[in-house]
Amino acid sequence: MTWPPFLIYALLAGTAIAAAVGLVGYFVVLRAQVFTGDALSHVAFTGALAALALGIDQRIGLFAATIGVGVALGALGDRGRADDVVIGSVFAWILGLGVFFLSLYTSRRSAANGTASVDVLFGSLFGLSLSRAVTSALIAAVIVAAILAIARPLLFASIDGSVAAARGVPVRLLGYGFLALVGAAAAEASQAVGALLLLGLLAAPAGTAQRLTTRPYPALLLSAGLAVATVWAGLLFSYLLPVLPPSFTILTVAAGGYLLALLVTRDRTPVRAR
Amino acid sequence: MNARSLNPGLDTQLRQVGEKPTDQQAVIDLRHGSVDRGNRRLWSGLDLSIAAGEFVAVLGPNGVGKSTLLQVILGALPLAEGRVQVLGRSPGRANKRIGYLPQRRSFDPSLRVRGRDIVRLGLDGHRWGLPLPSWLPGGAPRRSTAARVDEVIDLVGASSYAQRPVGELSGGEQQRLLIAQALAPAPDLLLLDEPLDSLDLPNQAAVATLIARISRAHRVAVLMVLHDPNPVLPHLDTVVYLAPGGSLIGPPRQVISSAALTDLFGTPIEVLTAADGRLVVVGHPQRCDAHHERPTGHRP
Amino acid sequence: MTVTDGPSWNPITDLQQMWSFPFMVNAFRAGTIVAVLAAVIGHFMVLRRQSFAGHTLSLIGFPGAAGAVLIGVAAGYGYFAFCLAGAAVIALLPRTGRGGYSEESAVTATVQAFALACGFLFVALYKGFLSNINALLFGSFLGITTAQVTVLGIVAAVALSILVVIGRPLAFASIDPEVALARNVPVRALSVAFLLLLGAAAAEVSQITGTLLVFALLVMPAATAQALTTAPTRALALAILTGLIVTWLGLGLAYYTPFPVGFFVTSLAFAGYLGSRLIRRPRRGKATADLIASGIVP
Repeated sequence: MTWPPFLIYALLAGTAIAAAVGLVGYFVVLRAQVFTGDALSHVAFTGALAALALGIDQRIGLFAATIGVGVALGALGDRGRADDVVIGSVFAWILGLGVFFLSLYTSRRSAANGTASVDVLFGSLFGLSLSRAVTSALIAAVIVAAILAIARPLLFASIDGSVAAARGVPVRLLGYGFLALVGAAAAEASQAVGALLLLGLLAAPAGTAQRLTTRPYPALLLSAGLAVATVWAGLLFSYLLPVLPPSFTILTVAAGGYLLALLVTRDRTPVRAR
Repeated sequence: MNARSLNPGLDTQLRQVGEKPTDQQAVIDLRHGSVDRGNRRLWSGLDLSIAAGEFVAVLGPNGVGKSTLLQVILGALPLAEGRVQVLGRSPGRANKRIGYLPQRRSFDPSLRVRGRDIVRLGLDGHRWGLPLPSWLPGGAPRRSTAARVDEVIDLVGASSYAQRPVGELSGGEQQRLLIAQALAPAPDLLLLDEPLDSLDLPNQAAVATLIARISRAHRVAVLMVLHDPNPVLPHLDTVVYLAPGGSLIGPPRQVISSAALTDLFGTPIEVLTAADGRLVVVGHPQRCDAHHERPTGHRP
Repeated sequence: MTVTDGPSWNPITDLQQMWSFPFMVNAFRAGTIVAVLAAVIGHFMVLRRQSFAGHTLSLIGFPGAAGAVLIGVAAGYGYFAFCLAGAAVIALLPRTGRGGYSEESAVTATVQAFALACGFLFVALYKGFLSNINALLFGSFLGITTAQVTVLGIVAAVALSILVVIGRPLAFASIDPEVALARNVPVRALSVAFLLLLGAAAAEVSQITGTLLVFALLVMPAATAQALTTAPTRALALAILTGLIVTWLGLGLAYYTPFPVGFFVTSLAFAGYLGSRLIRRPRRGKATADLIASGIVP
């Protein structure tokens, strides 16, 4: 069977993006910062659409918004759980702003270009040109290298912050750097499965890996591997059954895998009386 | 205010227990130290010298600055006055030779990382990148890292549960693993902040004995912040008692006595001895707050 | 959205103009009903710190709505079916003791994303594609039928009557579950009941603001009210008032401009919330304020 170019490009970009998202996602789940990913998905939507409405490349708005807000969230500190009304309201408003840009964009452009907004929402792996696929893959590769370089001290800082700081690990700086990487990974994932679904790709393979093993480095690599496998399976399903959009199949495989892992390992964590 | 002695002739230098005194530098050497929190002076005129293998407890009411002392030694907080040397260097420089156990932290119950890996972080968690397999250049010989981790887990008696996810373990079990983590790089100094805090009594005694044993056998100096010295009383070499107006340093039985503490706090304090030998301190303020604030300038 | 005339800036004539269209009348009716219900449920949601449960439930409702459209049924029924089912599942899920925060959020995130993906699938299958997605996700006030208004009204009436009955014990159980339990308040049953009510409310609000923006009516008016006052009846009244103002203004603005109602409702609600946070009086202490807000302490 000959593989058409669009499939190859999708696999190229998808593999690299999945590896980056899987690695970053492991730490996101470990640090209980899943909520940050949720916030970033709203920001990704608004950023991309703002760029489109202003007539510039969507990716600029996307990356600027996610990385900028990601780092800013770090400056807010550890407030996540305590004040979720405030944070939820802010991000609901940001989403509303995105809708404004969406209608600005669709009312200005011809109907033929209307799919751009759906692409922002739900991704468009099959619509990538070679150059876009290569760019995405390169950015993803940079993210992968960065995460691997800081993996060990980041692990230490995430689990045992004060001890790590005492041992000379730059905990605060690492925190900011990590959030910038999360922003970048979110932007990449947004191109693959869309702003609305990127959280699933960030959380599910990582959650699955952490269910399957408790050894941190193997879990980290497993998270990346599972993400890549998920994207491959999803892309191939969607290619063989074109009625199913690729982001749907990818998410289904991701969610299904997580569910399976939860069921299979259910008895491994007995309820402990404290 | 300067640290006051019980009587003019009392030698406030600390004696070493057991080992022959060797001609090595003090593990901690603090002279006339003062520290501020915000614009409040916590303690001042503190003179402290701790030798290798010494077991020292830091006591005092809440808020007096016990944890702050540890922060100073770690180099996380600067002294307002005085100087301090840790392992012969400025604070913060020798931290790789210090094992630190911050105040009670518990792990998220769903944290899926093995206890054993938590311990290992104490060895190499601060190094960049991923741990390389032993057959690559630069990779630490695998056997030695694993062996060291096993050894120190065994030392704290946690071998039976070190393979389990740390989130599932009880408070006492987590605490033992954290002690192992602090011990893994064979430190010369152990700094422990309320290590017995949420342990039940049998565990308190067991962990106290464990730390004392390690301190003796491996000549590790121990500086332990506590609010109740009783679990470690039999093992202590020295007590540092901090009060809002000064401090007292000396052997436990002498410092924790009615006369000494009344003198230190300036209010009547009584030290009672229970039938089983435990000491109970009655009368000192439970919490240091604004009432005890001293202005930043010294009072003679 | 093209309009025949621009706004006259006189509220009376503007309203008359809008209400000359039956679909706008329906829109205002639906919006009013939903705003009232959302404000009341939202009051308890904020009290119980369950703001995100509402968001999650509306996301779960999205595939229901899209699926309903796919099979030719009104989206509203799909919303109700899935939101209520989702609420039931969440309520009855066995609490595996020490769940742990990070795992819980990973599971929630996956469920949310999967729900959205399923909804996307249904919409893609329907081929009426673009405008449908936007309407479902971000709200639309076009095409609200009288039947829809009736359903919304009945569900809201039932939900509100139930709330009148269980309101006080619910507030007690929300603030101090252990003491409430000791006083024989059926805390667990009330939690289940409230989640179901929340599901119904999420389904209702989704039909006005769209799936993604329910926060605007479900949480923000109630949060605004609770920031400004601690007395329970006043907080409820203020929440309802805020919700109504936001909805009416939002509908009006959406009518006269090409921008969707979801944007206006969200922005107005957020402006109100922001304003309330900036001007609110310092609290005596959260615990006391909570007790007062629930009417337990006068």
